Amino acid sequence: MAVIDLANPTRFLTLVNRVLPWLIAATVALFAVGLYHAMNAPDDYQQGATVKIMFLHVPGAWLGMMGWGLMSVAALGTLVWRHPLADVAGKAAAPIGAAFTFICLVTGSLWGRPTWGTYWVWDARLTSVLVLFLLYLGVLALYWTAEDPGRGSRAAAVLTLVGAVNLPIIKFSVDWWNTLHQPASILRMGGAAIDPSILWPLLIMAVAFTFLFFTLHLAAMRNEILRRRVRSMRLMQARELAEASA
Amino acid sequence: MNALLALIKRDMRLAVRVGGGALMGAFFFLIVVVMVPFAVGPDLNLLARIGPAILWLGALLASLLALDRLFATDYEDGSLDLLMTGAMPLELAVAAKAIAHWLTTGLPLVIIAPLLGLMLNVELTATGPLMLTLLAGTPALTFIGLIGAALSVTLRRGGLLLAVLVLPLTIPVLIFGVAAANAAIVGPAPFGPPFTILCALSLASLVIGPVAAAAALRHGLE
Amino acid sequence: MRLSGENLACVRGGREVFTGLSFSLAGGEALLVTGRNGSGKSSLLRLMAGLVRLAEGKLTLDGGAAEASIAEQSHYLGHLDAQKPALTVVENLTFWADYLGGGDVAPALDAVDLAALADLPAAYLSAGQRRRLSIARLVAVNRPIWLLDEPTSALDAASQSRLAALMRAQLAGGGMIIAATHGPIGLEGARELQMGPA
Repeated sequence: MAVIDLANPTRFLTLVNRVLPWLIAATVALFAVGLYHAMNAPDDYQQGATVKIMFLHVPGAWLGMMGWGLMSVAALGTLVWRHPLADVAGKAAAPIGAAFTFICLVTGSLWGRPTWGTYWVWDARLTSVLVLFLLYLGVLALYWTAEDPGRGSRAAAVLTLVGAVNLPIIKFSVDWWNTLHQPASILRMGGAAIDPSILWPLLIMAVAFTFLFFTLHLAAMRNEILRRRVRSMRLMQARELAEASA
Repeated sequence: MNALLALIKRDMRLAVRVGGGALMGAFFFLIVVVMVPFAVGPDLNLLARIGPAILWLGALLASLLALDRLFATDYEDGSLDLLMTGAMPLELAVAAKAIAHWLTTGLPLVIIAPLLGLMLNVELTATGPLMLTLLAGTPALTFIGLIGAALSVTLRRGGLLLAVLVLPLTIPVLIFGVAAANAAIVGPAPFGPPFTILCALSLASLVIGPVAAAAALRHGLE
Repeated sequence: MRLSGENLACVRGGREVFTGLSFSLAGGEALLVTGRNGSGKSSLLRLMAGLVRLAEGKLTLDGGAAEASIAEQSHYLGHLDAQKPALTVVENLTFWADYLGGGDVAPALDAVDLAALADLPAAYLSAGQRRRLSIARLVAVNRPIWLLDEPTSALDAASQSRLAALMRAQLAGGGMIIAATHGPIGLEGARELQMGPA
């Protein structure tokens, strides 16, 4: 089956239905391996077992950013290449990316409590992730308030690309802002360097989470396609009834 | 009574189905509060001191924004005409819309406030009183804002005018809300007096708001 | 029941729309208000609905409910639908039925032949269907006076004859109809009030 066939929603749905069970199995397997290694990884000499929050926190950050990257590609697909499934891909990715960003923020906050004594600090990295989360909220708001899926998707695509361009600028500004208000002590998460005994579980967990992302993403795309079908059918029903009872 | 409940239910349903519902106000509140540290710097001590003020200003702006469309959509589709021909007095209809507005805009602000307090390094013990002041004060913001919404209903770009009209009227609420919140956090001033005055302001606005708004609608729509 | 207007005058936007207008209508009677655009047909209806202030003259209703205003005893069917696109057909109608004093929704939807679309969001309705939903409001809640502003606009022939039947039923029940219209709306024997320059 050629890649171009993926452009057809019906063929796409058939493909998803075939691939999804395998993806789910792979995700479960990866998590099983990853969690086993994570549980058995050594504790940090300074932070103890709390350093293992990293296995949730770091993949969350990566996937939050990857989500926006995926949405940006989808946005280009919607606006430039006019691929029929591009807007569905973008809309499906937004909540998942936002959720991973949120996980990153919450785990970061919980990690911060024993490490820094406070639930939140405005350090450069956390703040940048927070701004990413706010951008996600903006895109989600656009999707939710649009009455017409097509118009909402185009607006969201524009916002996604604007956000993609802006994110490096925002990151730079936040870093600069943070150095301007140098806090008394600088604590870095995870210590100076990552030991291989922690690196391997981290990578496995990251891959596992990525598989989870794509599993959820394909399922969400399927749902969105079905949702749009329901909407079209309702419109057709209204039109038929209008002609019948006119 | 049935008519009153029907109107509240309809407005709440519309708020949830259209325009992102209760979450939009909460999002805006979150974003406004996040803006402040970028402006004043991440010094946690400073943020803790001005935390209650930031939350109150954020709540004020978030309430204000949703008020813009309160009467405008009903005016544009002809519902406002019919609302004025009900058996219920217009004052009650307007109050019903305000109640629905508070439930879908003001109440979410109160609920999300602890999370934002956390980000502003507000002490956990102070979060309770802070929420209480917002709970007592946000109805006043809605009911006073009602007046501005009614006055600007016939204008297309009513949003800014609405803010200009309403913000001065909300100054007492802001003063006593922040004073009560600060009293709970810093002490030694007692929490009671500013809080009771805040409650009194809210109760007064429950009456003045609908009466003034109904008058504004009647005269403005002729 | 008798609705009478004496020497009515209406001013809107600084412009005198009409003056010295008088009429009298008894229960069971219909009044067709005709005239050019701008002659004040809509303003007269809005005046009776209580939406526009009376500049001069008197409007009295004898025999109706004592404590209720004329507006509270009338149905106003204007140019706008007063429907929310986000609510379904039946939700829209139920709201107005509850708000305007109570009434049965299902028979009203049947009367305008919208029962099949009851659970459809109003956003998907055509202009004619939205008009029929507004008419359903008049059927659902019982009020003696109907103030109709160009009621047949957007309606096809079948819907127009359905509306005519509903109007005849309203008159037969002792109600009265005042309709602003450019052409005939299917009510024989209705009196005419011509508005415009004398």
